[in-house]
Amino acid sequence: MGNSQDIKVTIIDREGVSHNIDAPTDMAMNLMEVVRAYELAPEGTIGVCGGMAMCASCQCYVLSDTELPEKQDDEDAMLSEAFYVKDNSRLGCQIQMTPEMNGLKVELAPES
Amino acid sequence: MISTDILIIGAGPTGLFTVFEAGLLKLKCHLIDALPQPGGQCSEIYPKKPIYDIPAYPEILAGDLTEKLIEQCKQFEPGFTLGERAETIEKQDDGTFVVTTNKGTKHHAPIVAIAGGLGSFEPRKPLIPNITDFEDKGVEYIIKDPEIYRNKSVVIAGGGDSALDWSIFLSDVASSITLIHRRNEFRGHLDSVEKVQELKNQGRINLVTPAEVIDIVGDDTHVSGVTVKQSGEEDKEFNIECDYFIPLFGLSPKLGPIANWGLEIEKNAIKVNNALDYQTNIPGVFAIGDVNTYPGKLKLILCGFHEATLMCQAAYQIINPGKKYVLKYTTVSGIDGFDGTRKEAPKAVVKKIN
Repeated sequence: MGNSQDIKVTIIDREGVSHNIDAPTDMAMNLMEVVRAYELAPEGTIGVCGGMAMCASCQCYVLSDTELPEKQDDEDAMLSEAFYVKDNSRLGCQIQMTPEMNGLKVELAPES
Repeated sequence: MISTDILIIGAGPTGLFTVFEAGLLKLKCHLIDALPQPGGQCSEIYPKKPIYDIPAYPEILAGDLTEKLIEQCKQFEPGFTLGERAETIEKQDDGTFVVTTNKGTKHHAPIVAIAGGLGSFEPRKPLIPNITDFEDKGVEYIIKDPEIYRNKSVVIAGGGDSALDWSIFLSDVASSITLIHRRNEFRGHLDSVEKVQELKNQGRINLVTPAEVIDIVGDDTHVSGVTVKQSGEEDKEFNIECDYFIPLFGLSPKLGPIANWGLEIEKNAIKVNNALDYQTNIPGVFAIGDVNTYPGKLKLILCGFHEATLMCQAAYQIINPGKKYVLKYTTVSGIDGFDGTRKEAPKAVVKKIN
């Protein structure tokens, strides 16, 4: 049972399995950290740079029309170098969890 | 064969600090790292990022931390095998180990300390279908010796600091340099971007953006060119002749061959006995820093330092069985470097009273 600060998020892992999880919004976590907290990707394959938009290991595809913070230069530049990039690609480490993101649905990009 | 007391696999912060702690116990160290320079993730991925949780440093850049660790351990004269990946480990009849790298360099030691962080850094390869066919035949992911590109035509792909810096450097060495990037904007330092712009204006760098390499052309022996797809009002494809194609898209860590050493692995990390000394299931092989796991593990640099310190005490007892070691403080005992230097606190001056 989640806390009142939790939001519902759906994350499709790299095996194609869909996980409906409660993501906290009161712990200053970003989406990459949520994925790590729920162990939805093996350790060492996500958030390699620690969340500095410098490795793209947390790239995900946003599948819902949830309003997200705009891409900053660092994220934009990293995605310009990453592989498997699509129009809906974002870096999980740059998406801070907020109550407005309730219902967010993302799919983790392949490991590269 | 390189012989040492403690063979350290991984030259990141934990590996480097192990040299210092081992040195205090008069133990010699040799480090192996797949990267061409020491520092691990700190110097390879985020050298200009500040770290805030190193004791006594309210703020320190990752690259500066690495430099200070190297400076701190220099007096204990560590050996380095850089740009090579530890590939195999063989236990000898006397309980010691021989570790061989992918280049065939052999190392012998009674103690092996794996301080490999998240693993060895492997180049991120672009998704070009035939790229692996041309590895070591003109496709290079890491530049080790720029001289091999002298008077050759080189195509570099990427938009970060490595791609910019090597394009600038090789513009003086190669007969031609082409830099290909998926966007018009680059992620590197402003001065590097400006320098590339200047060299482009002088006709010394051929800049192709927004574009990407989609195919490699060549025969069984060597690359002869690349096929480039350039976006614009109308996409176009064309070939660029070259002797070398160097994609520089950063590195990603993989546990690599260590995973096949018979070590107990859990969640991509090596299980150790943290209640004692961070020894693995193979006696004499330790794992310290981000590469290990145990109940309560925290992947922090400062935890790696602590683990390195305890591990060295255990290594001392294995190398010197039965010998009693008394913990000393450097403030009292000073430091005797293997290079003949000695550091000690100045003795207090006591004035004689008549």
